[in-house]
Amino acid sequence: MPFNIAIIDYEMGNLKSIYKLLCHLDIDSIITSDHNKIKNADGVILPGVGAFGDAMMQLRQKNLFDLIIDLTSEGKPLFGVCLGQHMLFSQSSEMGYHKGLNIIQGKVISFEKTLVGKIPQIGWNSVSFSNEDHYIIQEIPNNSYFYFVHSYHAIPDDPSTILGKTIYGETEFCSMVCKENVIAVQFHPEKSSKNGIKMYQNFVQYCRK
Amino acid sequence: MPLTKRIIPCLDVTTSSNTARVVKGTKFIDLRDAGDPIELGEFYDEQGADELVFLDITASSDKRKILIDLVERTGEQVFIPFTVGGGLRTVKDIKEILRAGADKVSLNTAAVQNPDLIKEGSKIFGSQCIVTAIDAKRVYVNSPKEAMNNIVTQIDDKYCWWEVYIHGGRTPTGKDAVLWGEKTTKLGSGEILLTSMDCDGTKSGYDLALTKIFSERLAVPIIASGGAGNPRHIIDAFNLGKADAALAASIFHYNEFPINIVKEECKKAGIPMRL
Repeated sequence: MPFNIAIIDYEMGNLKSIYKLLCHLDIDSIITSDHNKIKNADGVILPGVGAFGDAMMQLRQKNLFDLIIDLTSEGKPLFGVCLGQHMLFSQSSEMGYHKGLNIIQGKVISFEKTLVGKIPQIGWNSVSFSNEDHYIIQEIPNNSYFYFVHSYHAIPDDPSTILGKTIYGETEFCSMVCKENVIAVQFHPEKSSKNGIKMYQNFVQYCRK
Repeated sequence: MPLTKRIIPCLDVTTSSNTARVVKGTKFIDLRDAGDPIELGEFYDEQGADELVFLDITASSDKRKILIDLVERTGEQVFIPFTVGGGLRTVKDIKEILRAGADKVSLNTAAVQNPDLIKEGSKIFGSQCIVTAIDAKRVYVNSPKEAMNNIVTQIDDKYCWWEVYIHGGRTPTGKDAVLWGEKTTKLGSGEILLTSMDCDGTKSGYDLALTKIFSERLAVPIIASGGAGNPRHIIDAFNLGKADAALAASIFHYNEFPINIVKEECKKAGIPMRL
C-alpha cells in the first residue's frame, strides 16, 4: 500500500478543505468511513465542524467509536482538529451532556460570555507552545497565529498533555493537546495559511516514520 | 496576545463571461493575469490577508456553476478563510457554495426579503458560516422625535438613522439598519458585513458612527466596509468604530497600500494584528 492519510468522514463539516490542503502538498489522502481503509492508512485525521452530540452519534452509527480508540491505543498517529479535538475528550457539556472517546481525559466546556465578550471566538489568535521540541510545531515560531472558530474549549485533566495555550478575553484555554501518538488542536490549521500548512506537513512526516 | 483584528480584501467578481473575473481594474506588476480571482487571492494570502471575500456582482443564478467552480478552485490554492456572496437566495444555494469549499456565505437582499433564510441556514450549517451583509445609508432628521421608530444617532449637531438598501444599493427598504442588524443576530447570523453607502467609493474613511453603533449593540463580530482610502481610516474603524474586521477593495487592488503595510501601521497604532 502506498503512503496515505485517512480523513474520517462522519458526514459533518467541510472535510474537503483538509483534503485539498493535502492534495496541495502532494499527499495521498482519502475521505472515508470505511474501517479497512482507516486501518490501512498511515495516519488518521479526525476533522470536525458542528455540534458534539451529533458528531458522536454519527461516529457510533458508523461503528467508528471503538475503531478510533483501538487504533490510537495500537499507536496509529491521529490528528484531531477543532470538534475532532473535542471528541477525543471524556465528556462535553455542549447542548446537554455527552460522552466522548475518552482518549484524552478531561472535559469540554463553553466560554463564559462575561469573561470573553463575543461568542463564538472568530478569527486569528496566537498559540504559545509549552514544548518547542514537539514534532508538530517544528519550524513554526512560538506564538504564531492560527484561525479559530469555536464556542467551546477543552480542559485536560493532566496539564502535562497541554502543548499550546491561547488567551481569549480573560480566559486562557488549551488550544493544543498531545498524548503519545495523538495530537489535537482547537484551531483550523487548514485555514491558517503557512503555519497551518506546515503543521500538516509535520504530522505527515511523523506518520511516515 | 489577544484575538487579532482582521484585514479583509474584497474581490468583486463577475460571472457574466464564461469564467469568473475580478471586475475592478487591477495593476499588479508581478501577476501574469491580474484579473484572475484565485491568483489575486493567493497574492493577498501572501501579503497577510486574514480572510477573503468574493462577491459575485452579476449575481445570476443561471451562472451559478461558474461561481461554484471559482469556489472549488480557490479552495485548492488558498488556505485562509473565505466568504462568498452575491445572489444566494435559498438554502440549496448556501449548501452548494459551502460544499464547494467556502467557509462562509454572505446574504443580503434575500435575507431582507426572507429572514427565515438566515434562521434555516444557521440551523443547518452553523451561525459561524452565515454572514449577513447590510448596505446602510444615512437618513437625516431634524430631531429624534421625527423618527421615533428608528435608532437615531447624533453626529455633531445633526441627527440621523440608517436605512437598509437592497439590490446592490439600488432599492431603499424603509427598514432601520440597526434594528435589522439586531434581528439578524437573533435569527442566527454569525457576523455582519456592514457597508456604508454614504462612504463607499469616497476613500474618505468608514462611517464610524454607523460602525460604532453596530459594534456596541450587536453581540457578533462587525466587519466595517465602505470608504477606506488609507491605513489611518482602517485604524479609526478599529479604535473609534470598534470594528472587529475591516474590509476594503480598491486600496488593496491598486496596491496603493499593500496589506502588509496597512497591518504594520495598525500594529504601530496598538491594534492587535497578525503579522
